[in-house]
Amino acid sequence: MNPFSYERAADAAAAIGLAKGNTAARYLGGGTNLVDLMRETVERPEMLVDVTGLSHKIEPRSDGGLLIGAAATNTALAADAHVRTQYPLLSRAILAGASAQIRNMATVGGNILQRTRCRYFYDTAAACNKREPGAGCDARDGFNRYHAILGASPACVATHPSDMCVALAALDATVHLDGPDGPRSMALADLHRLPGDRPDIETELKPGELIAAVELPPLPFARRSTYRKVRDRASYAFALVSVAAALDLAEDGTVRDVRLALGGVAHKPWRASAAEAALKGRPADPESFRAAAEAELAAAAGLRDNTFKIELAKRTIVAVLGDLTGDEA
Amino acid sequence: MSAHSDAAASRPGRWQPAVTQDPLLQKHGALGQPVSRIEGPLKVQGKARFAAEFPYEGLCYAALAFSTIARGRITALDTAAAEAAPGVVLVMTHRNAPRMKAPSLMMSSPTAAGASDLPVMQNDEIHWNGQPIAVVLAETQEQADHAASLVTAGYAPLPAVTSFDEARKTPRQLDNILGQPPVVEIGDAEAALKGAAVQVDQIYRTPRHNHNAIELHAATVAWTGDELRVHDASQLLDLTAGQLADIFGLEAGKVRVSSPYVGGGFGGKCLWDHQILACAAAKLAGRPVRIMLSREGVFRIVGGRTLTEQRVALGASTDGRLDALIHTGIAAMTEHNSCPEQFTFPTRHLYAAKSVRLAQEVADMDMLANTFMRAPGESVGTFALECAIDELAEKLGLDPIELRRRIEPEKDPTSGKPFSARHLIDAYQKGAERFGWERRSPTPRQRRDGEWLIGMGCATATYPYHRFPGGAARIRLTAGGQVTVSTAVHDMGMGTATAQVQHIAARLGVPLDKVSFEYGDTSLPRGVIAGGSTQTASIGGAVIAATEVFVEELLKLAGNDSPLAGLSLAEVETRDGGIGHRDDAARFESYESILRRAGRGELVCEAEAPPPAEMEAFSMHSYGAQFCEVRVSEVTGEVRVSRFLGSFDAGRILNAKTATSQFKGGIIMGIGLALTEETNFDPRTGRIVNASLADYHVPVQMDVPAIEILYTDIPDPQAPMGARGIGEIGITGVGAAVANAVYNATGKRIRDLPITLDKLM
Repeated sequence: MNPFSYERAADAAAAIGLAKGNTAARYLGGGTNLVDLMRETVERPEMLVDVTGLSHKIEPRSDGGLLIGAAATNTALAADAHVRTQYPLLSRAILAGASAQIRNMATVGGNILQRTRCRYFYDTAAACNKREPGAGCDARDGFNRYHAILGASPACVATHPSDMCVALAALDATVHLDGPDGPRSMALADLHRLPGDRPDIETELKPGELIAAVELPPLPFARRSTYRKVRDRASYAFALVSVAAALDLAEDGTVRDVRLALGGVAHKPWRASAAEAALKGRPADPESFRAAAEAELAAAAGLRDNTFKIELAKRTIVAVLGDLTGDEA
Repeated sequence: MSAHSDAAASRPGRWQPAVTQDPLLQKHGALGQPVSRIEGPLKVQGKARFAAEFPYEGLCYAALAFSTIARGRITALDTAAAEAAPGVVLVMTHRNAPRMKAPSLMMSSPTAAGASDLPVMQNDEIHWNGQPIAVVLAETQEQADHAASLVTAGYAPLPAVTSFDEARKTPRQLDNILGQPPVVEIGDAEAALKGAAVQVDQIYRTPRHNHNAIELHAATVAWTGDELRVHDASQLLDLTAGQLADIFGLEAGKVRVSSPYVGGGFGGKCLWDHQILACAAAKLAGRPVRIMLSREGVFRIVGGRTLTEQRVALGASTDGRLDALIHTGIAAMTEHNSCPEQFTFPTRHLYAAKSVRLAQEVADMDMLANTFMRAPGESVGTFALECAIDELAEKLGLDPIELRRRIEPEKDPTSGKPFSARHLIDAYQKGAERFGWERRSPTPRQRRDGEWLIGMGCATATYPYHRFPGGAARIRLTAGGQVTVSTAVHDMGMGTATAQVQHIAARLGVPLDKVSFEYGDTSLPRGVIAGGSTQTASIGGAVIAATEVFVEELLKLAGNDSPLAGLSLAEVETRDGGIGHRDDAARFESYESILRRAGRGELVCEAEAPPPAEMEAFSMHSYGAQFCEVRVSEVTGEVRVSRFLGSFDAGRILNAKTATSQFKGGIIMGIGLALTEETNFDPRTGRIVNASLADYHVPVQMDVPAIEILYTDIPDPQAPMGARGIGEIGITGVGAAVANAVYNATGKRIRDLPITLDKLM
């Protein structure tokens, strides 16, 4: 780990002030990913600005939505009564991730901005365009079981590792940013980028910007929602494929509305818009679910070790939607 | 006083291995009781000091830099930035390291402990990707870690064999496999296979595994003149001391190694480069050094289990007798080590067959030396053999337990020796009854719970008994009646000290609280290694010998005024804190009384174990029946082990609590072998890609169901205490039990570990 200075900010304005103009500064949340990257010398910040002093409130809005301070811990958000009843998929997604100890430390803002766990990104002896633009990609022809099947590029096949973000993408979450040029907001779905030829640029954040809060719009039918994570062991493993879904059924058994997002498949949390479009108005039955899954994965492409994930994603979508049509959901 | 001699061995009353039984087999007492670990309170209070916790004045901390190529020469090594970094004491490379002899391969001599025989940091040659190229010493661990990251190297690579597919094109046959012949042939097995009514002929593959004990490999080392003190995390203390003396050109006895507490061994806590480098760097710096590997460092410089490809072919008659039993294959190895992964070993002893062919080869690769890892050979060998047996049972339309009953041999099928004790079928019967085996459908895919298919499988566990010669034990008796037994052995968490306190209390007829067991230090009488499930029996042999001397000395001290006057070793027994006539309750004198009358403050006796003649005369093995129930998602292919039961026949169990823990630990490790563990060795570079606990998947809590342990507890008449080792058998058979259960659930045979969900979709 390289030497660095450490500052603690009382609020967003103070944090932005401390980091302003310093390209070697990084905002520090729970540190559950950034500190690991520093130990591996993948990240070499000269200054850390601790932003755990920002708002950690989880506040219901008058419209039925929810405002979540960026410094709220993953544990607090998963345990929040409003989240558990109104947005159960979010609670389940968070609890499917990491370990209790890590969730106690990890913040909502930090979870969103965590970086890929591609081992070739972590190993400084390997070639990685994300770590060193232009260096090449050892993952493309290497061990790539955990890598992308959607939206990848020749330069990068890494996946975004967050579970929470998959649920947030399904919920149409908005991220409220703050920075040297003032506050702004954008859809979470627009925050993360696909790798293209610049996999080192992972989000639309401008230099010095930070996440101040996340807002969930009201979504009454999200009470019928869930998250299923498929992985190589029962806990403490990243998703091979995960599915966040909420389903709104009409009286006649057709799909009135649906939200669907995938994890473990792309460089960003993957909102399954094609599947959603294919489902609306269709009968809530396995044939419709399979057709929707086929539509979403039509553009998927596998690598040496991960082609199975295309079929796995389709099956998991069908199973999750099937569960949500049952009385138990 | 006195040591063992052949003349003494035949004296009446002495234990003669293979001829007489350990007299303790006639006694009971504290043996077998579920005594809690005696060091438990120290551990939970944080007072048990591990290798990386010994304080020294002027201590500095070491960090390693590793090569990033598999084979070649270092052409440039820039240490200037590291040397200039804050707190750095020195940077050691091949250019300034002290001259050292190369280690010798373990078992090549009585003092050899090398995992490989490559010289350590003595030249510019690179032999594997991850080889240490520099050691940084600094005032703090963080400073050392940072400075090590600043070391840069340039290389002239040489062609490297880093692909198993390439390496296997030029296989090599060793002249022996751990002292056993590499090829065993009885009759013409290939011809018998061709002619057999029912045949199974399959290839099974097992991947590389890495050691991941909770405690990272560590050592704290200090020189005083030409004396070297090493606090190690070790399962081979005396060998380490002897090997370090040899490497540094010191007289034997100038190196003292201790290791009272170890956070998991499993075959990995032996002598690797880090201890040698720490000693060399401490010498160069003139300061004590602490080295603790990072988790990545363990993957880079501590070897693991190698990969295997095995063929098992079975030819059977329609009534379920084996006409042919063939088990052959190849494992990856290097030219500078000798761990061929003896996967054909279980097949040498398990089943009766009219013809047998066993053969194994190695494929040399440019990689870190592979090594012993819990049941090397047997763990992966039983996967192949026991899956094949399950496949044969299905073809024969027989219950797999019934098939094993039909091929149960009367004597060792390859050596022809009698079994010392073998109750495998008993273990199967007890296990089957308890597990509810009769509820298993012989046809796959018959049970389900929603999307989850449910299946049951079983497999045989086996591991050989060994007793190493050369260990000694010292008994000290004080006037207050306190007994201390000392020998340089190891407790890596499995409960050695606890079981030995129970053993000594039972053997000498004293209460547990009067017994201390000293271990973990080469200043004690020479011990044996903790490996191959041999340590308990080996200590037993030494304690038996020391007890015989102890009793004889006490009889001498008792003299003519004692009720024991005139009695010899053969006529007495230890009981109730003293010695008594075997058949006359009145003739008894307590230890304290004998010492008091003799005017002695203490009595100290030491003796060496008699040679393991029982291993020459008998086929000695532990056995078990592993039962597994799995649930497999028909949607995702995910496998969850929902129930597991191990029913073991391992001789007398010395401590019900620690033994059960050890069996369970082996089974848990076996669940990892079956379902999750695999080292990703990149064939392009020879580099391990998943060098972390996040990416190398050992089972976590949620992967492990309730595990039930049964054991026959039938003493082995040829073993000290009647006990055979139990450290390794727990993992054997587990891979096959899981795979057979997966087949029963899904109808899919997975012959390539680990059984990941993509193979079942």
